Order: sequence, then C-alpha cells, then structure tokens
Amino acid sequence: MKAMSIESSQANALESPLVLEVKPRKRYWTWITKSILPILILIGWTALAKSSWVPSLTMPSPWGTVLELKSMFGNQNLASNIGVSLTRAVVGLLFGGAFGFVVGLFSGLTKIGEELFDATLQALRAIPFIALIPLFILWFGIGETPKILVVALASYFPMYINTAGGVRNVDRKVVEAAKTFGVERLALLRQVILPLALPQILTGLSLSMVVSILALVAGETISSQNGIGYLLLNSQAYQRNYEVFACVVLYAIMGLGAAAIVKLLERLCLKWREGVAVR
Amino acid sequence: MTTPDTTDVLVRSLSKSFGPRRVLSDINLELRRGEFVALVGASGSGKTTLLRMLGGLSAADEGEIKVPQRRTFVFQEPRLVQSSRVWRNVVLGLSGDAGSKDVAYNMLAEVGLAGHENDWPATLSGGEAQRVAIARALVRRPQLLLLDEPFGALDALTRLTMHALLAKLCSVYAPTTLLVTHDVDEALFLADRVFVLRDGAIAQELVVSTPRPRSLRQENSAMRADLLSHLGVTADVLDGSLGSA
Repeated sequence: MKAMSIESSQANALESPLVLEVKPRKRYWTWITKSILPILILIGWTALAKSSWVPSLTMPSPWGTVLELKSMFGNQNLASNIGVSLTRAVVGLLFGGAFGFVVGLFSGLTKIGEELFDATLQALRAIPFIALIPLFILWFGIGETPKILVVALASYFPMYINTAGGVRNVDRKVVEAAKTFGVERLALLRQVILPLALPQILTGLSLSMVVSILALVAGETISSQNGIGYLLLNSQAYQRNYEVFACVVLYAIMGLGAAAIVKLLERLCLKWREGVAVR
Repeated sequence: MTTPDTTDVLVRSLSKSFGPRRVLSDINLELRRGEFVALVGASGSGKTTLLRMLGGLSAADEGEIKVPQRRTFVFQEPRLVQSSRVWRNVVLGLSGDAGSKDVAYNMLAEVGLAGHENDWPATLSGGEAQRVAIARALVRRPQLLLLDEPFGALDALTRLTMHALLAKLCSVYAPTTLLVTHDVDEALFLADRVFVLRDGAIAQELVVSTPRPRSLRQENSAMRADLLSHLGVTADVLDGSLGSA
C-alpha cells in the first residue's frame, strides 16, 4: 500500500465512508440464509443416494429416511424409545448440570472454591468415562443408573467451566459499585453477578446438552433394552442401514432442539443485550 | 478524638503505600457538614486513593478516618448493572418503600431522565448513564457524597450541563460532598473549598468565596490561574507563549 500524504497540492479525492453499522435484515432473508446449507446438504445427500457410488442398500435418500422413521414409529415403538432416551438425557443433564453450576459458582466466586475444586475437576474431565461403561455396569448393574451417570459425568464439565469463567469475568467495577450501595451476598449474586454471567452460563448449558446426547448414545449402546441408542445398535447388528440413518437424523433433531432451547432462554433472559449503543 | 458537631469528615495522619510507592503521606482533612470540597491534583497524585479510603473501598496503612454512615459513590464510569433496567439501577440495594418504583421514578425525573425509566443501560448515552449513577447515589439521601471524576469521560458540552445539575441537586440535598477532579473550572464552579494534592500531600487549600448560585459564565481568572499554577500549569502555558521564545 502506498503511503498516504495530505498535501494541498493534491486534488482532493473525497469518498463516502464505508458504513459499519449493520442494518436489520428482512425476516424472509434470514430464513432463506438459514436454509441454504441444509438444502445443499439434502441435495448432496439425495444425489449420493441415487448415484452409483454408494450401493443403494446402504444409504437411503432423505425421503426414504423419512419413510423409514414413519415405519419405525409403527413397528419399533419409536415414540416410547425417544421418550426413554430423552428422560435419560434430561435426568443426567440435571444432575451433571446442577453439579457443574453449583461448583462452578463456588469456584468462580471464591479463591478457596477454586483451590478446592478446579484442579481435580480439570483432571477428572480428561478421563474417558465412555470407556469405563463396562465397569459402571459391573458396579451399578444394567439399569438406568449407569446410563444416567455417564450422561452426568460427561455434561458437568462445560457447565462448570463456563459458570466459573462467567462469574469470574463479571465486571469487578460494577460489583464494587453494587457493594457500595449495600448489595451483598445472595442479593449480589441474584441481582448482579448471575445476570451478568448468564450469557456464558447459557453457552455452558448449550454445550452440556450436546455432550449429554453424545454420552447418551454411548451409554445406550451397551446392554440396553430400549432407547434410541439401543435401536441404533440393533440396526447396526442386523445391517438395517436405513434405520441407522433414521437414528442419526433423530440425534441431529435432538441437537437442533437443544440449540432452540438455548436460543429461547437467551431471548427471554438476555433482553438487556439487545439494542446496545456503540458510542 | 473530639470533634465539633458540625464536622462530617475527619482524616488524621493518613498514609498509604502501594508496594514501595508511597501514594499518600500524613494527610489531614476536615470537612464541615454540607460543605462541598474539591480535591484536585495531577493524575497519580493519590486523589482517587484518598476518596476510595473515605468510602471504605481501600484500607489505609496508617491514620484515622471518621465519616458519616450513609455514604454513596459516583464513579468515573457509570458502573450500572447492564442486566437491570434504569429504574432498578437507581434503587439497587434498596428494599421496601425506599426501593419502590415511585422513588426511582421521582429521582430520575430530578436528574432529567423522565421517560427513560424502563430503558436498558446499554441504550443510554454517556451523559444519560452518568445521570442514572447520580440518581442512584442521591436517592439514598447520603450524608457524604463521594464523586470520583464523575464527568471526566463526558464531552465538554455535556459536562457543563452536568455541573449545573449537580450544583442544583447538592443545594437541594445538601450532602457533605468530596469531588475528585482534575478540571479546575469544575472545582471552582462547584466547591466551597479546593484542596490541591501533590506528591501524596495536600499542598494548598483555596477557599472559593464566589456567592451561590454561581454562574457558569464567571471567569474567576485570578483564582483559576492561582490554582493552575499549583498544579504545575504556569503563566507562560496559559498565555500560549511556551516554547515560542
């Protein structure tokens, strides 16, 4: 780039400045943008399924998958299996998320909490609990306990690290100001620290939900009699590839659902972030 | 220590160091009830440290501090809770009747923010946010109002308006007020007395005898030059002749 010089002898080349402000987009444009990538994927998937590159027995088309799902509702009791899986995911997430949240708060707010928990939790998270599922079955049997435990063990960490970080990152100046006006302890937590840390806590929740679904698949593929993971394992065992695809789509839908829940919470709880003035 | 009834702030032999750096040494200070005192000094002269110690935000190394119970702060930045609406920020920490919506609305009207009660802090301009901070400090009827360069981040025009507003509010609520500033005109317009802080000690005390209500048009040129010279701004700087010789 040439060095710029401001000299009176030069002709004044004026220009309109590039405007940085983002204009609000029309609603339909938003929807069109959102659907571009999914539509491309569906087109690619269809093309692949119809092509001769993959044997048609191993890969259904998107529509074929929908039909498969429909028939599974009839002959595989899909609805109740989804219910069982969701219950496991939610209960495991409740335990893991609540643990991560509470310990995260303690660790983020107090030095002693950080000293007590942080190193240990960081070490524990590196343990691949999915690999320990056989042990869990020996210890806890094949009932619901080991599955819920795996989900909880997998999902506490994102919640812990984001709660602790979010709480720690709250503007100390605002906290100090609130304290000078007599806001202490629980009131400080409820009125100042938690609301301001909430964006990051919700990020933790979102990650925890996704991780809980992943852990659920692993948990259910071992000695289950029901749940989506069980269906998936059965389908694999009997080479029913269309059903495998149907299960994969179900997991993807659960991921979308998790994202939608977080979006909704953000819309409800983070109104104060909208319309931020940059000046 | 015996103090007259009308004394609101008493500081004796106050010292403070940060590591090897001595920020304040042997400060003595006495403020009468309802008095407006400005503390001026170059940056790093320890004025904010002194203010924070009076408010109980920092601990002193040595010395004694006596202040009234109800103390409130206005910081250089508004320090509003972004996740609470404007009126809730005003009554932050107050409960019951003292923290009611009515109280907040009335106080906001007094600082000229009627109609902004339900705004989010992030949508306010700098001057508006600082008005909320002032409302938050005054709604508690403070006996001691501590102001830490509250208008330092505002533009010159907004600052003038805020000076007038603060002068009016202080005449209504009559708290004992300590204002930390580096703006000499601000000090001369608002204060009854001005202390110059230099190298961690009070180097000069100036009584501003201009009668109230004061006009922002007043020049105070003699006092202004005097005060500036104590802050290291000499006549040749003021006359614009620095370096021209």
